[in-house]
Amino acid sequence: MLNTPESRSGMGHHHAERFPWKGIIGYVLSIILTGFSMWIGLTHAAQFGTALFVILGLAVLQIFVQMFLFMHVTESDEGPPWQVLGLLAGLLFVATIVGMSMWIMTFNGQAS
Amino acid sequence: MPISHLSHWGLLVTGDPLLYGADASIILASVGIVFVLTYFKKWKWLWREWLTTVDHKRIGIMYLIAAVLMLFRAGTDALMMRTQLALPNQHFLGPEHYDQIFTTHGTIMIFFMAMPFIFALMNIAVPLQIGARDVAFPYLNAISFWLFFFGAMLLNLSFVIGGSPDAGWTSYAPLAGLHFDPGPGENFYLLSLQITGIGSIATGINFLATIFKMRAPGMTLMKMPLFTWSIVATNILIIFAFPALAVALALLLIDRIAGAHFFTIHAGGLPMMYINMFWIWGHPEVYIVLLPAFGVFSEVVATFSRKTIFGYKAMVSSMLVISVVSYFVWAHHFFTMGGGVSVNSFFAVASMLIGIPTGVKVFNWMFTMYRGRIRMKMPMLWTIAFIPCFVLGGASGMMLAVAPVDYQFHNSYFLVAHFHEMLIGGVVFGMFAALYYWWPKVFGFILDEKWGRWAFWFWNIGFYVCFEPQYALGLMGMQRRMYTYPSGMGWTALNFISTIGAFLMGIGFLVMAGGIVYSIFKGERDLTGDPWDGRTLEWSLPSPAPHYNFAVIPTITDRDQWWTLKEQGKQDTLRPRPEDIQPIHMPKNSAKPFLIGVAFFAAGFGFVFNWYVLAAAGLFCIVILLLVRSFEYHSDYHIPVDEVVHTETALGRL
Repeated sequence: MLNTPESRSGMGHHHAERFPWKGIIGYVLSIILTGFSMWIGLTHAAQFGTALFVILGLAVLQIFVQMFLFMHVTESDEGPPWQVLGLLAGLLFVATIVGMSMWIMTFNGQAS
Repeated sequence: MPISHLSHWGLLVTGDPLLYGADASIILASVGIVFVLTYFKKWKWLWREWLTTVDHKRIGIMYLIAAVLMLFRAGTDALMMRTQLALPNQHFLGPEHYDQIFTTHGTIMIFFMAMPFIFALMNIAVPLQIGARDVAFPYLNAISFWLFFFGAMLLNLSFVIGGSPDAGWTSYAPLAGLHFDPGPGENFYLLSLQITGIGSIATGINFLATIFKMRAPGMTLMKMPLFTWSIVATNILIIFAFPALAVALALLLIDRIAGAHFFTIHAGGLPMMYINMFWIWGHPEVYIVLLPAFGVFSEVVATFSRKTIFGYKAMVSSMLVISVVSYFVWAHHFFTMGGGVSVNSFFAVASMLIGIPTGVKVFNWMFTMYRGRIRMKMPMLWTIAFIPCFVLGGASGMMLAVAPVDYQFHNSYFLVAHFHEMLIGGVVFGMFAALYYWWPKVFGFILDEKWGRWAFWFWNIGFYVCFEPQYALGLMGMQRRMYTYPSGMGWTALNFISTIGAFLMGIGFLVMAGGIVYSIFKGERDLTGDPWDGRTLEWSLPSPAPHYNFAVIPTITDRDQWWTLKEQGKQDTLRPRPEDIQPIHMPKNSAKPFLIGVAFFAAGFGFVFNWYVLAAAGLFCIVILLLVRSFEYHSDYHIPVDEVVHTETALGRL
């Protein structure tokens, strides 16, 4: 960000050059989570209903991995908490998209 | 396959004289470009100043050039369709060729004309309006551009190599699935949109971060110019809508190249789910391209009426309401699926509701003009032309929103007329208003008024002559996407009139291009930086603005900052004082965004033809380029004070 005071006085965040543990752990976790759901999908290791819920659960875990290990959701700056507003908007839109898609695609019980 | 027998499966498309003409013109144009660049020794200049740039103003110019070229390309498609439909039983285009042309017309107009046009305006205007020196992530901005560019190239390549997609711009499954549509055409569609879509999401994030975090001190959210507000609303839509498209495209691609069954008829696939997901993106997309036009009209109306915009807060809230409500209307694109009474009622009512904030905006523009000292310059003419056109299109939209009636209108020419009225009368007119409005800021000269007026009248008369008859044709039963029709349906006269209108718009485009060429040589130079007596911050800068934009970041106290200062005779407060100038922190140019674009292109091309070695090589190059970038520690530099002082003195500002 070119206008922020710390970037105008040079590079702001470069003093801490440690090993990126967060990134590595997140990377491994996201591969495990994805690989596991793919394995369930490809091998039919569980019954349809069970598999669906397991994969959904893994997807939710994946969201947390992405948000906390990659997307710096806990970091904040001065000014309004934009990431909280963003997440709330995301929640609204995701709920809309998923909920209404299910509603639309049930064809109102007229077809199955 | 199409037109055409593909010579070896996949390569050059053969068999149609029109295509040979296209091949020849592509080769000639390429040879011409290479020759001119070599003859004038411009290769280095092109590479250093343009292909590797991260400057938002130059990226904006490149988006603009691409958008105008694509308008020409897809406009030519439109004229070919109208030529085919001018009279019954014609053989100018065969059915397969016609399918390909309406597909590429729609796809290019939305993804590679309207989208880059709004990105051009964002890049050109937003940082200047909020007092920033660049966007939040200039390097990412360049990546977005090159992803768009190479996505567009990939789609355009399909025309001569492999065959164009032919399942409509919506590419509904199961028609677009492998079973009904083999060959590489649809793959071109899926991959090119996927690549350009990644760039669009990145742009959405980039500009939202820019606007929220990089405004000049004192510019609170409610002091932002309305165009910048429209970009906030647009980018919220981009961020939440484009992923839905990306998923729909990816699943259909997996169906096509990996034999999955997400959207097939058999093996448990659900074709309607593609249509549902497509429109989850597709309806917000309408507002993604329309909201920036609303922002442009708000700027233009206030400037050329010499009045503050009427109802600023209502304008802001109506845009935000539109950006939320536009997520609740998508099923109105497929009422005829038979979703049942409750589903259709809900989406019908939501669709009608969206007319309210839009109506608020139209009234506010008119109240702004009321008792204003209106100057009929080109941007204002386009704005005034927009209002009746948009109101007519909006009225037909209300008719389409009535679910039971939609069963009659669905996929007829009534619909074709409606959405062209919104997308040309709304978006394209808005883009033209913006083109004339910000042109002097970008290039330093004003577009010629006389040429502009001729173009304006050709476009406007052509528009109504072309599309109003199509409402009637729709009511008379003419369906969308039919490549010909029998005589004796009573459609002939109206179709012929419509074709005349299309060609009038074609002439309008040529006159517009002629006006640009004329103005390059003879246009009035903009020496003040403020040719329209503007209101917002960008008009306080010289035209074109220096590459660091603001020598000293201004402090904002007022909504129409520049106008207020002019009223008070205090323009000098926005001129830099030598003692305030400090070294300016700027991003360095980089070749990597361009190379990432090339790598994506190679990967996309590989997937289109199922050449997985090429695809893997492309993806590998992307990863390598990202890695190299993350170990790059000197991606920025400081412009020394002396250089800033020198530049500002040369501009006569010190």
